[in-house]
Amino acid sequence: MEIAPVLAQLDRELIGLMPVKTRIREIASLLLIERIRQKMALATTFPTLHMSFTGNPGTGKTTVALRMAGILHRLGFVRRGHVISVTRDDLVGQYIGHTAPKTKEILKKAMGGVLFIDEAYYLYRPENERDYGQEAIEILLQMMEAQREDLVVILAGYGDRMEKFFQSNPGFRSRIGHHIDFPDYSEAELLAIAQLMLEEQHYRFSPKAREAFEHYIAVRKTQPLFSNARSIRNALDRIRLRQANRLVANLDRVLTGEDVMSIEADDVLASRVFSKAARETGLNGKGDA
Amino acid sequence: MRVTQGCFSFLPDLTDEQIRSQVQYCLEKGWAVNIEFTDDPHPRNTYWEMWGLPMFDLRDAAGIMKELADCRRVYGDRYIRISGFDASHGWESVRISFIANRPANEPGFGLQRQEAEGRNTRYSTFSYAAQKPEGERYSS
Repeated sequence: MEIAPVLAQLDRELIGLMPVKTRIREIASLLLIERIRQKMALATTFPTLHMSFTGNPGTGKTTVALRMAGILHRLGFVRRGHVISVTRDDLVGQYIGHTAPKTKEILKKAMGGVLFIDEAYYLYRPENERDYGQEAIEILLQMMEAQREDLVVILAGYGDRMEKFFQSNPGFRSRIGHHIDFPDYSEAELLAIAQLMLEEQHYRFSPKAREAFEHYIAVRKTQPLFSNARSIRNALDRIRLRQANRLVANLDRVLTGEDVMSIEADDVLASRVFSKAARETGLNGKGDA
Repeated sequence: MRVTQGCFSFLPDLTDEQIRSQVQYCLEKGWAVNIEFTDDPHPRNTYWEMWGLPMFDLRDAAGIMKELADCRRVYGDRYIRISGFDASHGWESVRISFIANRPANEPGFGLQRQEAEGRNTRYSTFSYAAQKPEGERYSS
């Protein structure tokens, strides 16, 4: 079994997220020790692998959850390594007697792999006491306990709402072995993420554009509704639009590969983020994006 | 008398581990696995009752083994069979079927002769168990 390559790949492809990587490393070590103990005929227990991912928007909860199945599979914790990604709609039925079969069917599909419940707090609706979500929660809890070796459940959601969810469903908190909090990214990490995303799409920053984007991150971070890597991805999408627009506006020359791949400072600086920041500090606004 | 129908029925009863690997084989072939039960062992009885719905899109046998365990808890004194349905074009039929559970005591079949016109004789088989009403056949 090769744990090292799995962990190395994780380090390479996911930027930041130290608490997550630490926890995966711990789980991997535990498995190794359990294997050794098994060979020495010592008592072994199957570790609880259910996890809860909490954190602000865009901190990589879903990305990591989708990866987790592959990691656990390669580490030998789950047999098949597929992910069934569900939300409230897939588990909760529409009328009495509809919820239990629906939830059970999903659970059966997820066996041998990972069941990923995004925005898990929607399962519980305290304002409606006849809500069927409670029934889904009960079945889920029962299966999480009884079929621990067949099923790994990962819950994900924003921190404060998950906290409320766990408070009203204490059974969940105790059945989940790993509560992992995803921290916000630092500016340097966000830049590294941006460069990774651009590389994947075969773009690159010119040195000046890179500087401008560093500035962009610093300004965007202070503005409301900042959602970490997701904001970065959206910003890059808009920058690509502006780059394309710039190239199309001036079509009387031969475009080189360099032209279509590189992003210039102007593409970044035209963003609305800067003009808004400038307005707030009383300076002259630049052209709107 | 031991009822033999479907695959593996001349072998000793499959263990759970063997059932699991057969089910996993079905899933890897992409077949939908069903659990059915009955207490009428006659070979011409094609109307077995289904335990739950057919299970499509499963990846691991654990889900089916759990359903089988649930079914045994309720109908452990009857015949339970597992079948794999191949929905792919051109097949659209059951590809495998084997008995996964049988009653502790199988009384077997009797032969009935009927004297017909002339010196003809007609034969039919009947199951001793099926002489009792449904639900009471094996639970004595």
